[in-house]
Amino acid sequence: MLSRREFLKLCLAATATTGLAEILIPVLRQASAQSALPRPPVIWLELGSCTGESVSLDNTRNPNFYQLLTEFLDLRYHWLYNTVQGDGAVRVMLDTVEKEAGKFWLVVEGSVMTAADGRYNHIFMRNGEMVTGLAALREFAPKARYVIAVGDCAAFGGPGAAHPNPGGGKGVWDVITDRVVINVSGCPSHPDWMTGTFSHLLLYGLPELDAYNRPKLFYSRTIHDQCQRRQQFEDGIFAAFPGEGGCLYKVGCKGPVTHADCPSRQWNDYVNWPVKAGTPCIGCASPHFPDGMTPFYNHLPDIRTRSVSVSVRKIGAAFAALGVGAVATHLAAGIFARRIHDHYLDGTKPSDPAPPENLTQVKQELDDLIRQQNALMSEAKQLEAAKPHRRRPKSWLRRLVGFWRTEDKTGKDK
Amino acid sequence: MARKTIFPMTRIHEPIRVDVEVEGGRVTDAWVSSHLYRGWEQMMPGRDVRDSILFTQRICGICSSAHAVADCLALQQATGLAPTVNGQHLINLILAADIIQNHLRHFYLLALPDYAAGPDTPPWTPRPPKPDFRLPAKTSAELVGRLPAAVRIAASAHELMAMFGAKAPHQQTIMVTGVTQQTNADQIKAATAIVRQIKYFIEGVHIPDVLTVAAHYPDYYTIGKGNGNFLSFGMFPDPLTGRRAIRAGVQTGGGAVGDVDAALISEEIRYSWYREGSGGRPDTENTVPDRDKPDAYSWTKAPRYKGLAFESGPLPRAVLNGEYREKGGGVMDRLIARAHETLKLCRLAEGWLAQLVPGQPSLRPYTLPPQGEGAGLTDVMRGALGHWLKFKDGKIQHHQVVTPTTWKFSPRDASGRRGVVEEALIGTPVADLASLVEVGRVVRSFDPCFTCAVHAVNLPNAKPLII
Ligand code: SF4
Ligand code: SF4
Repeated sequence: MLSRREFLKLCLAATATTGLAEILIPVLRQASAQSALPRPPVIWLELGSCTGESVSLDNTRNPNFYQLLTEFLDLRYHWLYNTVQGDGAVRVMLDTVEKEAGKFWLVVEGSVMTAADGRYNHIFMRNGEMVTGLAALREFAPKARYVIAVGDCAAFGGPGAAHPNPGGGKGVWDVITDRVVINVSGCPSHPDWMTGTFSHLLLYGLPELDAYNRPKLFYSRTIHDQCQRRQQFEDGIFAAFPGEGGCLYKVGCKGPVTHADCPSRQWNDYVNWPVKAGTPCIGCASPHFPDGMTPFYNHLPDIRTRSVSVSVRKIGAAFAALGVGAVATHLAAGIFARRIHDHYLDGTKPSDPAPPENLTQVKQELDDLIRQQNALMSEAKQLEAAKPHRRRPKSWLRRLVGFWRTEDKTGKDK
Repeated sequence: MARKTIFPMTRIHEPIRVDVEVEGGRVTDAWVSSHLYRGWEQMMPGRDVRDSILFTQRICGICSSAHAVADCLALQQATGLAPTVNGQHLINLILAADIIQNHLRHFYLLALPDYAAGPDTPPWTPRPPKPDFRLPAKTSAELVGRLPAAVRIAASAHELMAMFGAKAPHQQTIMVTGVTQQTNADQIKAATAIVRQIKYFIEGVHIPDVLTVAAHYPDYYTIGKGNGNFLSFGMFPDPLTGRRAIRAGVQTGGGAVGDVDAALISEEIRYSWYREGSGGRPDTENTVPDRDKPDAYSWTKAPRYKGLAFESGPLPRAVLNGEYREKGGGVMDRLIARAHETLKLCRLAEGWLAQLVPGQPSLRPYTLPPQGEGAGLTDVMRGALGHWLKFKDGKIQHHQVVTPTTWKFSPRDASGRRGVVEEALIGTPVADLASLVEVGRVVRSFDPCFTCAVHAVNLPNAKPLII
């Protein structure tokens, strides 16, 4: 069987030329032939969703949807696909929860509607009683082997929890707090992110997760880091309107603060992705989607730390000049995610306090940032000192100093 | 007399509960209710109006492009802006591709298991008691055997949508004056190839499969007959003339086809979980949920045109356009009309692709005026969809959506009249009370999607809009 390392590599490499599992399917098949892979019973609950994840999963290429259902998963309950209806379907689900306790996977799609004690969203009937999505989730989650939240709604609340959130939408991990919830975010989630995560669970168990419980193999880098228009960002060539050439940062691209691999993976048989199609990334895989990403067509607010205020563009330009652009934007992303709430329009929700794990992460990132800053300063000084012909000595320095000291309070970078 | 409840009704998008009263082997009364409330319309005010197209399509992941297009039309009316020629063709293509995807999956994944036994594995097992499978075993196996290919072809329709829409579901390129994806010859060629491939599948496999099912279930031409009122807003405007490739129209009880007047649309909430005073006329309309309202049984409001409930969707569209003569107006007519429409969409798509001029702009830059008000009415997968919006200082003030599913799956209205599907269920024969497969077939033939059934309302200050 493929080693875990090889598997991870494969997932990352899957692009236009190789679908995620042209190689994965034989591996899965081989493993299941050696009966190393029991098909896990799966209960798929749709709560406050738009069915986008299920429709996205229908589009999966390798394995295709049919293979997924007949060879790798044992989809006991999914109301979009169950042949039997009503009580018959409910019975299968309840039997599975009881008989396969500790074994079945619970996949959740859509936000958990919590208003009126969940009564805004009933999902089935048991012994003549209507059962809410909230209650079902609370009852099933403790018994599941894995709880997997697919889509931004299930993971972080997503569009189903947009301000003023009349239905009380929440992410699954806001409700199920005493166990790991794997978040496969996105609006919708890319079929590869779902099948990749499922495959990892099948073959190697729990994948490595980031601070937001997302499998690192798909969400570890920013869109911006992998973007085909990145060079134009560095060169300062910006589109003035969507659809034009140039980096889309100024027309609202949230690539610098969104972690996902759309640029290399691309969508729907790997044919396209938003920036390639001339439209900004709106950050739909982000924990802050949608309210933290609106207005979609406005550029990112400047990033403010306690003593400095810099725009993302300046970070890009200055760091790129020194060849460390990737680091800078990664840091920017981490910090930005917590600052963005200052810039809400009316009508989007106020900031949630960041969960504690993330505070540590922010602190870490800030520390790193300061270390980087110092390193760069001294490196710049060394550069200057070493240069015999100081043709533009000041510009380097000024660039750096200006860069870190700008008090660009208006947030304009034009 | 027996009262039976089906909840959840499976192979349908989102939670729907159906209650039927059965007497002498027939349904004598029915109630259809939806059980999800997210309050989309309350989420809209205050948002940047430019975000509207991207935000509202997240109402639904099955017909995301539909909401994008309706919202785009509303903004066009509100601002007086129009798409470029290429832009309009591409918007049409995106919507058509999404509809093709929807129709294919509806038949093979959602409807077919009612007529042919799937593989012996969940989710096809357990099967309903007394499933009433009438196809010969071999035919049945053939039909089911085509499922992987059909799902694949549907995915390629989504690929087509993503070519111009960046991704699917939830395309990202549609703007008021066109789409951000620019066209080139290579892409047009690739898209044409995909459309052709889909077309061959529909002609050679999909339509014959639907007809095979119909041949074995002739009684279902009349079972599930609607109330005879048909409504369509039409769809796919031509970039130059504005004429819609599929025409709008309204027909009451088999009478003459008339024009649609949007001012005659209103919504009622007598049996919906909204506080009295919600619904009704648009200017006064607000949407206050009240889950404890006595008698109410659904989150869906009851849209009415001239006070009547109307069926919309592929069958009404085909009939209103004079392209299909119903045999009975029931389940099979709906399935057949949907399959024929899928083919028609491929032909239309080929035409638009041929008219695309590589290198011509798909989008024109613009600035939105500070305020505006408009309605976007178009037909989509499941029928007539309307978005009404009003904005000021660049921010949305008012946003209402009336979806196809609410038209068909509405609860009773103030005068106690049933919604279209409730009416269609009356008289449905029931062979086995534990199974109720017949009820499921009728309901599924309407291709309901309750994600959409956010409910909504009518035009602010009744500016008549004749399509
Ligand atoms: S995350 Fe997006 S696609 Fe998924 S259910 Fe929510 S709105 Fe739909
Ligand atoms: S800002 Fe957006 S378009 Fe520009 S390089 Fe980054 S990800 Fe790409």
